[in-house]
Order: sequence, then structure tokens, then C-alpha cells
Amino acid sequence: MKHFTSICIAIMITFTACAQQTESTIKAEAPPQKYESEVVVSGLSIPWGFTFLPDNSMLITEKAGELIHVKDGKKTVIEGLPDIYVRGQGGLLDIELHPDYKKNGWLYFSYASAEGEGQGGNTAIMRAKLVDAKLTEKQLLYKAGPNTRRGQHFGSRIVFDNNGYLFFSIGDRGNRDVNPQDMTKDGGKIYRIHDDGRIPKDNPFVASEGAKTAAYSYGHRNPQGMTKDPKTGAIWTNEHGPRGGDEINIIKPGKNYGWPIISYGINYSGTTFTDITAKEGMEQPLFYWVPSIAPSGMAIVDSNKYPAWKGNVLVGSLKFQYLERLELKKGKVVKREKVLEGMGRVRSVKQGPDGFIYVGIENVGIVKIIPSK
Amino acid sequence: MKYRLFYVLCICSGLITQAQKEVEKKSSFAKSIEEGQFIYEDFCMNCHLTNGEGVAKTFPPLAKSDYLMNKRELSIKAIKFGQKGEIVVNGVKYNNVMAPLGLTDQEIADVMNYITTSWGNINKKMVTKAEVSAIEQ
Ligand code: HEC
Repeated sequence: MKHFTSICIAIMITFTACAQQTESTIKAEAPPQKYESEVVVSGLSIPWGFTFLPDNSMLITEKAGELIHVKDGKKTVIEGLPDIYVRGQGGLLDIELHPDYKKNGWLYFSYASAEGEGQGGNTAIMRAKLVDAKLTEKQLLYKAGPNTRRGQHFGSRIVFDNNGYLFFSIGDRGNRDVNPQDMTKDGGKIYRIHDDGRIPKDNPFVASEGAKTAAYSYGHRNPQGMTKDPKTGAIWTNEHGPRGGDEINIIKPGKNYGWPIISYGINYSGTTFTDITAKEGMEQPLFYWVPSIAPSGMAIVDSNKYPAWKGNVLVGSLKFQYLERLELKKGKVVKREKVLEGMGRVRSVKQGPDGFIYVGIENVGIVKIIPSK
Repeated sequence: MKYRLFYVLCICSGLITQAQKEVEKKSSFAKSIEEGQFIYEDFCMNCHLTNGEGVAKTFPPLAKSDYLMNKRELSIKAIKFGQKGEIVVNGVKYNNVMAPLGLTDQEIADVMNYITTSWGNINKKMVTKAEVSAIEQ
């Protein structure tokens, strides 16, 4: 009997040690070449985010801490950024315009900042105006705390929804077992604030004792992609899993997306940290990737430039160095395709005001996808 | 007689301090390696992977890397200031970019001590903070 128990234990250990992961059933295919690409801005290192000004010129964030304005091929470095904490995955991150930018001139950006309590840094959201290649009227709208010297998971994406609310993401800051499930702590959350930083009165956790009231959903690991669904107005995100278990989620108020209690991923080392992929009260992802693609950036196509791609979701892959195009049917992913394969680590993707898709690729620049005739 | 005892005592205490110094040196090396492991998991593992094996043609290996083993100064430089352009690691060409990671000189020494003593790599001479500080771009 004793023998039997020890054999059982041995078997159990073997099973948990080399955890079985279920690979995504839908695989990314090579595309039929029906598009061309053109590098429209070259000479960039890590174009974390970019956006288009009303004159169709571009503002691009370099992670190392530079904001670059590109007009008619000419680059200007914008002065007046706040102090940026460049360490590990932290630096100057995303950038976005106010939906009424033409009227009010506000631009919004996220960055790692050492301001505030404790050694190290954490994610901050600021708004400012751009006047003569210089940032003015800077206002710090949110600063996650406390600071930490850990190098990971700053999140960073900024998106406005149709009601003018500003959504942004902050990752778990490498503190998996503390931040994501605790509403009194920053990190591992999606946040929602007004355009001036005020906290909406109907945010889901405003009545919870000690909660971070800017939080909108929780249980996230590191969301580095976020976009508004042009059809429904909903906020979509993608996030990095550890080894396997990257996810696409549609964000709903007050919901728990499960990290690290449920996950389709395992530790980098191959050991497990959880045995379950589902639990009551926790949201299932719309899609998960095993193996991980290391997703960054997100867009949903709605222009008429790419008739075959309408409604498709685009996600950058840092790991496999392509742009992934996902086709959905009835809210489920039915097809995955590799676009721009082999150009480099895809960090960001956006549909421009001209309807074309623009892609930020590390050590390449900004690449425009042109449909072939 | 008295003198002889004194003499022996002197030698003994000398030996003891010498031994203590050895132990201290060893333990500060061991401590640095331990710290370095945390830095590695935090800042390097997502590219160079758990066992320093790297990713073919994209991220060079650190495990049994001839570059790391033979080019100590250039390796420290790469971690301190970033590394860009063509390098050859174990006979394979890489032409990629490692952005600067924002580590302190002490953290760079620690992570160097970890990666040069892990996964079959051997290094007997501890990397110190002073050694890292002295290396300029
Ligand atoms: C974003 C990915 C990335 C991260 C994170 C990263 N590296 Fe690298 N590393 C690279 C790439 C790419 C190269 C090769 C660059 C080239 O082609 O010139 C490299 C080269 C090296 C080299 C020299 C070549 C070799 O294999 O011996 C060393 C040493 C090194 N890295 C150590 C580290 C250490 C230590 C850390 C963490 C503190 C780290 N790297 C973090 C991508 C990364």
C-alpha cells in the first residue's frame, strides 16, 4: 500500500512537472500574398505607439524616451517630455489623441515614471498639448503605485471609447501573486477615467473599501494591446501569458479575467502555477494562444481598403515576428493568418485616418500595408 | 616556551583570518550570483529563455556562448549600453538589437556572475561593480 502511494505521488509529480498544455486548435497559416508593404517611416528602434494628427502627420513614441513627429518624411524630436524611467520593459509607451483633438488639442501618453512613493517606477498617464514641437500644459492624470524596481509588465495601452471615457492598461508589474486579484493594489487591471483624470461615479469599484476606484476590470497579466471595436464600441484587449496562455478579452465592468488563478499558460521554466483554466466568477478569454505569440498592439479593420479583412482583428507578434490576422465568426476565432512575416518584432498596429493599416515594427519603422490590385 | 606559544598563536590567528577572507570572498560571489538570478528572470529570460538557450537566429544563446565566455568586456558593454549590429555567437551570425536595460552597475555585475556560472558556463573570477563602472561606451 505504501508502495502504491509513493508510485501514485511519483506519477502525479511527473504529470504536474511536465504540464500538458492544449495547443490552440486553430493554427496561423501563411497568407496568400494579396498585399504589398511600404516602409513609410524608417530608422526607428522600438515604436511602442503612434497616432495621426489632423494634418495626417504622425506622432511616434520610442520606448527609449523620445517622442517623434513625422511630417512629409521629416522627423522632429518633440521637447518637454516628463522624466521617463527607462528600465526593463518600461519607458515611453503609448500615445493617443483626444476624440475632440481638433477642438481641444489634448494628447495622451503613457510612460514608466519614478515619481511618488518607493524606489523604482510604475506606469503613469499624462495629457499635454503640442505647441511648436514642445509639450505644454502637462497634467499627470494617473500614476500607479507603489514604485518597484521590477522590470516587467507596465501594460500601457490607451484607448477612448464612444462615450469619451479613457481606458488604459497596467500589467501586474512582475508581482503576480499580489497585484492582479487585489482591488486595493494597482497593476493587473484595466482602468477607466474621464478625459481630465476624474474618476467616473459609476466605475465598478467606487463603493469598495480601499479599492483603486479607477479600476474597471482585474485579473490581467500584461495587456499590451487594446482597441475599440468599431462596430459595437466595446473595448478589446490582448495580453501576454507566461509560457502559453496569451489572451484576447472583451472588457466588461467589474469582471475578473482570472490571472493568475486560471490560465492556459505555465511558468517559463515549464512548471505549473495553477491546475485550472476555468472558474466560476472568472471570465474566459475570447481566444487564447498556446504557444505564446507575445502579442502587442491591436486593431480591428473597418475601412474599405481591405474588403476581405473587414471586421478582422490584427495583433502584433513580438515572438514570431509577424502581424496576426484573426477572422471571427459568431464571436469565435475561425482562422489565423501571418501577415508581414519576417520583417521584425511587431510592436504596434493601427488603422490610419486614410483607412490604411500601419504597423510599428522594431528596428524597421512604420510599415503601411497596401492591398494589391 | 612562552614565546613559542605566542608564535603559534600568531600563526593560527593569521591562518584563521586568511580562511575567513576566503569564505567571505566566496560568499560574496555566491550572493552576487543569487542576486543575478533574480535580475536574469526579471530582465533577460523573456528573450534568452530559461536555460540561456536563446532563440535560433533571433536571440543568441548565453549557455555555452563563446561570445560571453571569451569577450567579457564586450559582454558587459552589451548589457550596460545595449548591443546592435552583427555579432557571431558559436559560429552563428546575429544581426539584431538588444536595447539598453537600465540596470545599475551592481545589477550588471550580479547578472554577469549568474550567466557566466550557469548552464555549464564556468567563471572563477567574480565580476565586480568596479569592473562594470570602469567600462565605457
Ligand atoms: C528584448 C530581447 C533581449 C533581452 C530582454 C535581453 N537580450 Fe541579450 N541579446 C539580445 C539580442 C537580440 C542580442 C544580439 C544583438 C546583436 O545581434 O547584435 C543579445 C546579445 C546578448 C549578449 C552577447 C551575445 C551572447 O549571446 O553571448 C549577452 C551577453 C546578453 N545579450 C546578455 C543579456 C542579459 C544579461 C540580459 C538581461 C539583463 C539580456 N541580454 C536581455 C536580446 C535580448
